[in-house]
Amino acid sequence: MPQSAEKVLDHAGLFKEPEYQEIFERKKGFEGGCGAAKVQEIADWTKTMEYREINFKREALVINPAKACQPLGAVLCASGFEGTLPYVHGSQGCVAYFRSHFNRHFKEPCSAVSDSMTEDAAVFGGLNNMVDGLANSYALYKPKMIAVSTTCMAEVIGDDLDAFIKTAKQKGSIPEDFRVPFAHTPSFVGSHVTGYDNMLKGFLTSFWDGKTRSETTAPAININGGFDGYCVANNRELKRMMKEMSVEATIISDPSEVFDTPTDGEFRMYAGGTTAEQMEAALNAKGTVFMQGISAAKSAEYVEKAGQKAVSLHCPVGVTGTDAFLMAVSELTGKPIPASLELERGRLVDAIADSQAHLHGKRFALFGDPDMLLGLTAFLLELGAEPVHIVCTNATKEWTAKINALLAASPFGKDAKAWPGKDLWHLRSLLATEPVDFLIGSSHGKYLERDIGTPLIRIGFPIFDRHHHHRFPIWGYQGGLNVLVKILDKIFDTLDAKTSDSASFDLVR
Amino acid sequence: MSAVLDDKTRNKALINEVLEVYPEKAAKKRAKHLNVYEEGKPDCGVKSNIKSLPGVMTIRGCAYAGSKGVVWGPIKDMVHVSHGPVGCGQYSWSTRRNYYNGTTGVDAFGAMQITSDFQEKDIVFGGDKKLDKLVDEITQVFPLAKGISVQSECPIGLIGDDIEAVSKKKSKEIDLPMVPVRCEGFRGVSQSLGHHIANDAIRDWVFDKADYNAPFESTPYDVVLMADYNIGGDAWSSRILLEEMGLRVIGQGTGDATLKEIEMMPRAKLLLLHCYRSMNYIARHVEEKYGVPWFEYNLFGPTKIAESLRGIAAFFDDTIKEKAEQVIAKYTALSQAVIDKYKPRLAGKKVMLYVGGLRPRHVVGAYEDLGMEVCGTGYEFGHGDDYQRTTHYVKDGTLIYDDVTSFELEKFAEKIRPDLMASGVKEKYIFQKMGIPFRQMHSWDYSGPYHGYDGFAIFARDMDMAINSPVWGMTKAPWKK
Repeated sequence: MPQSAEKVLDHAGLFKEPEYQEIFERKKGFEGGCGAAKVQEIADWTKTMEYREINFKREALVINPAKACQPLGAVLCASGFEGTLPYVHGSQGCVAYFRSHFNRHFKEPCSAVSDSMTEDAAVFGGLNNMVDGLANSYALYKPKMIAVSTTCMAEVIGDDLDAFIKTAKQKGSIPEDFRVPFAHTPSFVGSHVTGYDNMLKGFLTSFWDGKTRSETTAPAININGGFDGYCVANNRELKRMMKEMSVEATIISDPSEVFDTPTDGEFRMYAGGTTAEQMEAALNAKGTVFMQGISAAKSAEYVEKAGQKAVSLHCPVGVTGTDAFLMAVSELTGKPIPASLELERGRLVDAIADSQAHLHGKRFALFGDPDMLLGLTAFLLELGAEPVHIVCTNATKEWTAKINALLAASPFGKDAKAWPGKDLWHLRSLLATEPVDFLIGSSHGKYLERDIGTPLIRIGFPIFDRHHHHRFPIWGYQGGLNVLVKILDKIFDTLDAKTSDSASFDLVR
Repeated sequence: MSAVLDDKTRNKALINEVLEVYPEKAAKKRAKHLNVYEEGKPDCGVKSNIKSLPGVMTIRGCAYAGSKGVVWGPIKDMVHVSHGPVGCGQYSWSTRRNYYNGTTGVDAFGAMQITSDFQEKDIVFGGDKKLDKLVDEITQVFPLAKGISVQSECPIGLIGDDIEAVSKKKSKEIDLPMVPVRCEGFRGVSQSLGHHIANDAIRDWVFDKADYNAPFESTPYDVVLMADYNIGGDAWSSRILLEEMGLRVIGQGTGDATLKEIEMMPRAKLLLLHCYRSMNYIARHVEEKYGVPWFEYNLFGPTKIAESLRGIAAFFDDTIKEKAEQVIAKYTALSQAVIDKYKPRLAGKKVMLYVGGLRPRHVVGAYEDLGMEVCGTGYEFGHGDDYQRTTHYVKDGTLIYDDVTSFELEKFAEKIRPDLMASGVKEKYIFQKMGIPFRQMHSWDYSGPYHGYDGFAIFARDMDMAINSPVWGMTKAPWKK
């Protein structure tokens, strides 16, 4: 008997015991499998160039994509506003999925409602759901704003959010002056980052449309982080850097509090977030910095139309990325970059100098969201590392152009190829046929690590199987240091494992 | 006596208190789903399997979750296509811990997200052609796949795609079973209809196409262990007991199942049904059409395990009955050691449950084995028969909440202050913030298995570590005490 009260074995150990191994053997007799030899033969074949060619001919079949759907992004965006309840018009299962997706990433509550449309709504439209849903949400959860997005069900049947929300107000579901920013977020267009952009534009429109801009009042600038799994720490880091610069900045959509509340006996459904007053004042800012510009294209366009300067960055990780961010802020505000931040910069450069020998020429594969990949690739290039395979399932044309330009500008980018629209099964073939030293991406990359043996450095979204990574920034010089250490730790762990039976098992590295 | 009365009074007052906050129309509807169990009543006095109210933050999912996420998804040697936009398959990718043995991407396809990733043009022009092409591509990249299922997402049923026609055509072409499942998320009121639709698809597209005249060497002790999804290995720690009592498990499903094992159901002498809610439909069908009886068993905690093993043995001859007794005797020392170790740390602790369609009743016995008491329970997607079956488990005065809303559950927990909340990932962090220990009862909080004697030891350990963690002593700053 493998189990005991003294030393309780759970799944990780229990099923390795002989009693269970025997069960697995007996079970095979009923499974109708192909036999170990055949499985091995095919497994080996899937790692060949022949298989890669077949794999890359796929046109309809998508396997392990690195993207999610629009309303997920809308929920994240809406969560960043004070007292705001994300409300998704459509099927309820979607919202259960969005909430659990964020729960698993942040290890935090995620509050969002759906208006639970079913068959009758499919036939007659979801107006009644909206009328009842807004009334119920308002009564139960006492929000300051409700931010409405849509599931694909509502989009396919063509529900009109603007008209529905107006009707719900007329019917008394919510007060006439209650603010309901909204965005259509069809999941069959773009990805979660598109939904984020659409919802953000919905907020901007709700607050700014019809208002006259006057560049007289502070705060000076706005910053938007985009769909960012590190928003908790990144936004705090942004605020700290702005304080160092004496720049008054409004973070537009700031979920850093709501996804990081304390365990002190009280559940805070709402915490922090951009306030309505801040949003109103934000129109008068000199400009808005989009930390993930490709994923905020529509919002940036809107900001420019409103008369502001829009600065589009691409997830600035590392020295030059942060330099560009700070210089952009400086240019917008006229405030100099202070010595304190220059000191931080110097420390990051110092750290890179100390470690560069371990980074130089190391070959990397990466996957993730468009801006994140641009930021990480730029960082790898400045470390002297070599990005090789860059897979962006939710790429845009702009991304492809930008990543190719970035790679072309560095000798370390000469072996790299960008793969827009490809999935992680494509990446599996790339890793098998053109091996690299390390893989950077979300937790979903762990299957690639298992199949191919390429060590995974977890940077991206979602991170499900490691805790608290989102509590550490990846932006700013401090963030660059965090990313550097993540990469180095994996390099050294891998080197130790590789040399554990040899003289090269050095104490000092 | 007075304690029960007090609980009853408090619980009734609590229900009134939460209902007061709802708009009138909603309050009327929610009132039917909340009650206090009265000893001797045939059910729990709540309505169930009714549409969730819009905007209330139901914890429920959808029919797709019930089919792809629960019934079909775990069948390991088939490729399950999330047919429609990318999200549904992405969010349900490997998040339900249906353990299996096999080489992922080669002869097993569980921990994968395989989708037709609908774009706008697929919505406008229909997705049948894409599905047709996708099937050919599956046969090329996954040559060892034993079949394909099409898990419909919302748009499929709205744009008029004929996935049945595509499936029939392609099934012939590729000479493999291809199963269209109409589990669009807007169908029904919860995951539950998805289970039912998934069961019907097994009936229509697996059983009706399998050849039951083919030779098969049967024994009098052939059983199929079904409706166990092998969360953290639950089906395995159940199977070990069935085999030890002399039964031959000719099929297991759908956790760690192959398609061939699913086909075995009509060949069994007895179907052993773990999650009644999700697979009773196919069990009833097999009983009606093939004359195979089924039995709902419960392998949570030694009391229910012994009851269930005896209940199973009663279908067989004396050799099995004797062996069942031997198995129970063999594990008594282990269970007693577990109880001796953990009961002193857990006795008297109050638990509130809110789970899916089975565990709100099935785990009650395991808590009681450890001296704990369930003071509130409810189902995300239970039906009337579940609430009837629940009466065998719960005590007089237990608070019952069907399709509870996040608002209600929080209010209930605030007032009741249970020693443990046992629910899902969407609830976990809410209650922990409130300082209430929590265990996830869908995923076993990444632990498990919890079934069987081996699982009971893990269950006890986990409840102890949740409740008795030192972290709960630090939620208040000392200068505020």
